[in-house]
Formats: sequence, C-alpha cells, structure tokens
Amino acid sequence: MSESAATLSAMLRSRNVELPRYGWRTHGPGFVAIAVLIGLFFLGVPVLGISFERFIPGLWRLGDIVMLMMPPSPETWSRFFIYLEALGQTLAIAFLGTMTAAVFAIPLGFLAARNIVANRIVHFFARRLLDTVRSVDTLIWALIWINVVGLGPFAGALAIASADICALAKLMSEAIETADRRPVEGVTASGGSRAAAVRFGIVPQVLPVFASQVLYYIESNTRSATIIGIVGAGGIGVHLSEMIRVLEWQQVSFLILMVLVTVAIIDQISRVLRKTIAGRG
Amino acid sequence: MTHSIHTVAVLPAAQLAPLANAYGAAVAAKRRQMVLGIAVTLFALALAALGAEVEPQKFWAKLGNFTDYFARLAHLDSGAYVWTDPVEWFWGLRKWLRLIGETMLIAYIGTFSGALVAFCACFMCSANLTRSPVLRATVRRLLEFCRTVPDLVFALIFVVAFGLGPLPGVMALAIHTAGALGKLFAEVVDNIDLKPVEGIAASGGSWFAQVRFGVVPQVLANFTSYALLRFEINVRGASVIGFVGAGGIGEDLLVSIRRFYYADVSAILLVIIACVMLIDVGTEFLRHRLVRMEGAR
Repeated sequence: MSESAATLSAMLRSRNVELPRYGWRTHGPGFVAIAVLIGLFFLGVPVLGISFERFIPGLWRLGDIVMLMMPPSPETWSRFFIYLEALGQTLAIAFLGTMTAAVFAIPLGFLAARNIVANRIVHFFARRLLDTVRSVDTLIWALIWINVVGLGPFAGALAIASADICALAKLMSEAIETADRRPVEGVTASGGSRAAAVRFGIVPQVLPVFASQVLYYIESNTRSATIIGIVGAGGIGVHLSEMIRVLEWQQVSFLILMVLVTVAIIDQISRVLRKTIAGRG
Repeated sequence: MTHSIHTVAVLPAAQLAPLANAYGAAVAAKRRQMVLGIAVTLFALALAALGAEVEPQKFWAKLGNFTDYFARLAHLDSGAYVWTDPVEWFWGLRKWLRLIGETMLIAYIGTFSGALVAFCACFMCSANLTRSPVLRATVRRLLEFCRTVPDLVFALIFVVAFGLGPLPGVMALAIHTAGALGKLFAEVVDNIDLKPVEGIAASGGSWFAQVRFGVVPQVLANFTSYALLRFEINVRGASVIGFVGAGGIGEDLLVSIRRFYYADVSAILLVIIACVMLIDVGTEFLRHRLVRMEGAR
C-alpha cells in the first residue's frame, strides 16, 4: 500500500506535479503542541489527586443518585408554589441586575470607546479597569454584597449588576468602535457639534446592538441567577443547594427541570425579540 | 432674495404639506413605539424590583457599608494600610499560589476533557455529516442539557457522589464545557465547505477519513480559538467552584469572606485577578496568532 503510494508520488513528481510536502517543518509545531497538551493533562490528573480508585466508585454513586432522582417531584403542592415563587425571584434578579448593569455600562462604554474619547491614556485605563473588574466572578460579588445589604435576592441583583457592568461596557465600547463613521462625518460636515454627532451619528447605529446585547445578557444571567442562591443571595438556588444538602434527590431533579424549562422559555422569548430588533435596525 | 446657488429650492406649499405630514406621522409612530417600549420595560422593572425585595432606603443606608467594606479590604488587622507591609498582607502567598495553580489545573483539565467530548460530539450533530436525524437530535439535546445546568449545580451533586476535592470540580467544568463548546463546534462544522468531504467520499474514503481529512483541517483553527476562550471562562469558574468544596482557591476565599479576614480577602482577590488577566492576555495572544496563521495559509 505505502509502496504503491511511493511509486505514485514519484511518478507525479517526475511530471512536475506539485505535491504537498509533509514533514517536521509543516507538522512539527502541531505535534509538539498536542504532545504538550496531552502531557499536561496526564501530569495534572495525579497532582489533583484524581485516580481510578476514586473515580469509579464515584460514578457508581452518581448512578445511584440519578436513579433516586426519578421521577422528579416536588412532593407537595405547597412546596411547588414555594419553588415557583423562588423561580420568579430568580427571574427578577436576572432582569433587574442586567438592566442596572446596562444603565451604568452605557456611559462607561462610551468612555472606553476609542472613537469617542480620543485620549489614549483614558482609553487604556478605562479598558484595564473593565478587564480587572470583569475577572471577579458573580459569586464573589454576591458574597461581598451579602456582607453589605444582608442575605436575600437584593444582594443577588446587585451582584449580577456589578459583575456585568464591565463585561457589558466592554461589549458596548466595541460596538461603538465598529460603528460606521460616515453618519458622524455627515453631521459634522453640516455643522453639528460633537454632541450632536454622537447623538445623531452614533446612537441610532448602536442602540439596536446594545438592546440585543442586553437581551443576551438577561438570558445568560437567568442561568447565573440560579446559582447565586447557593451562597444565600436569593432565588431558586437557595432551595436547590438546600435540597442537595439534605439529599432530597427527587426534589433536586424537579428544581433542575424547572430551571431548564424556564431557561428554554427565556431563550425563546429573547430570540424572538432579538430578531425583531435586528429586523428593524 | 436673489437667485444664487445657495438658495435652497423649496417645494410649493401644496406639495410640501402631504410630505411633511407623512414625515410627522412616521416620527410620531416611532415615538409612540418608543414610549410604549419604555413603559413596558419600566413596568417589568417595577415588578422585578418587587420580586427581588429591593429596599432603596436600606440600600442608601447601607451603601456606606459598601465603601467601608472596600476601605477595610485595604487595611491589615493592625490598622495600617495593606501596602505598608506587603509581607504581612501576603503572608499566605505560598499557599495561595499553590491553590491558584490548582485552580488553573482544574480549569485546564476540565477544558481539555470537555473539549475532547465536544470534538467527538460535534460531528454527530451536524446535518451535513450525520444522516440519522435521531442521533443528531439526541446529541443536540444532550449538549443542551450539559450547558443549561450551571456548572456549580453539577459540582454540588458531584461533591456528594465523589467526595470533596478537585475531582468533582473538574468533572463539573468538563460537562459544562462539553455542552457549551459542542454547540459552538457544531456551528463551525455546519458552515464548512463540503467540497473536500465530497472529494474524499468520491475517492472511496470512509466516514472517518472524510471527517479526518475533509473536515478537521478546515475547523481546527476555529475550534482551538473557541477552546482557548472557554479556558479563560473556566479559570474564572474554577476560582469559585471551591465555594461548594470542589477544589481550588475558592474555598479559602469563601472562608476569609465569611470570617471577615479583610486583608486576606483582598490578597486572594488580587491573586485571582492577576492570574485571570495573565490567562486573558496569553489566550488573546495565542488566538491572534492563530488568526494570522489562518490568514497566511
């Protein structure tokens, strides 16, 4: 097989057909990269104390847990209504948190955009500040806000707001930077001030983009809001972590099911809304 | 008024009126829509504020606590500013560096295993490579499940099954990553050029040969770029997965926050921020190089 391939390539070469050459030059770096990745994996697994002796029995126990989860059930109707209320709270946290973040993110986004604030130093520091705050996770913010306003959903909404201000501001500044310059030049050419150029040249362009980004964040924050309850910041996560702690697996699976359905519904609504916004913009 | 070039030609009033009316109507319609949109949003916000038990007066009263909190983060137990005594501030640096290393390792192994699963799954759920709609739908639903359930929920359950330590954290991140990357990978595969695949099929290549030589070379750069992005996200996720006892620096952070060891909190936060930013810069550099390599090809 390889012999015939060799004769074939020799024949083709004799007819001056350019064949791709494979060798250390072309594939070496790729192989090294893959070897390093795999090597790091196998080095890391024992360092983390992961072994088959722990993994296999764990899988068995996991199987048992999954069996215990069936069928999902809230057990009593009163529990169901409590969960429903918590779910509403989760949605409220996600919505309120994202909208608050958006209100603060819009001015920050304009500040961090190169075509609005031409000052290089301001731009640099604005971007670094956004990156720094962005690297603190929502859950950490939740813990901090719990210390400030106490346990409950309000802390959760504040946590989502503070974690997303910078992420949203960064996205918005990028949207502003990629906006078309021509409307701005048009406004300036017809004698408009700098403020007018931003108001009539940039804002109409970026507003639909902002709206769809905010919608996307509401969608993803619905997911985040389900877990901030784990540290006590309100919503359905409070019940979820509680039920896992007391090993009420049927209720756990019911809660997960509720979250899945809610997320699917929010996804659908946000998709429709984003499509209408994109269609108009 | 003389007729110079600068004069703007104005239509006769009879022609102008309907145009102006139409313009006015269009603007009014847009304004009505805007007002309606704002009203609906405000109503929803009010409802959400009620649901989230927002208490503005309490917030204003306690806002001082928030600034106070950050002020206290900047002080040592002795009352001096933290930067006056970095040795005292970072007293546990060796332990924290070990833990942040563990965090990064959890993120890496989680991303690696998750990406591997996603890589295998994505070819099975793209319409252009897999005929069976049943297989496609099953894999898609499975991936959807994996990415919709938050990683922390997985971690909570896995801690019960596997015991405390990094193992449940790695598995939770891996499963969540498989779901998230699987979707992105499948989108890439959906948009490939099918001609190489057809060429290999025409010359008698098996399904695996088609994927290996027809698809993989087209998608590998994109896949790597997405996996790097995911790694970045997972480092952030791994920093808090210790909150539920699944390894990494999160557990120390949780303890310091709960027990009000302010200087420790700020030190650990700084370690996390530095590490995340380092990873951000590193992955961004790698992704730019990948893009350039693609461009040069």
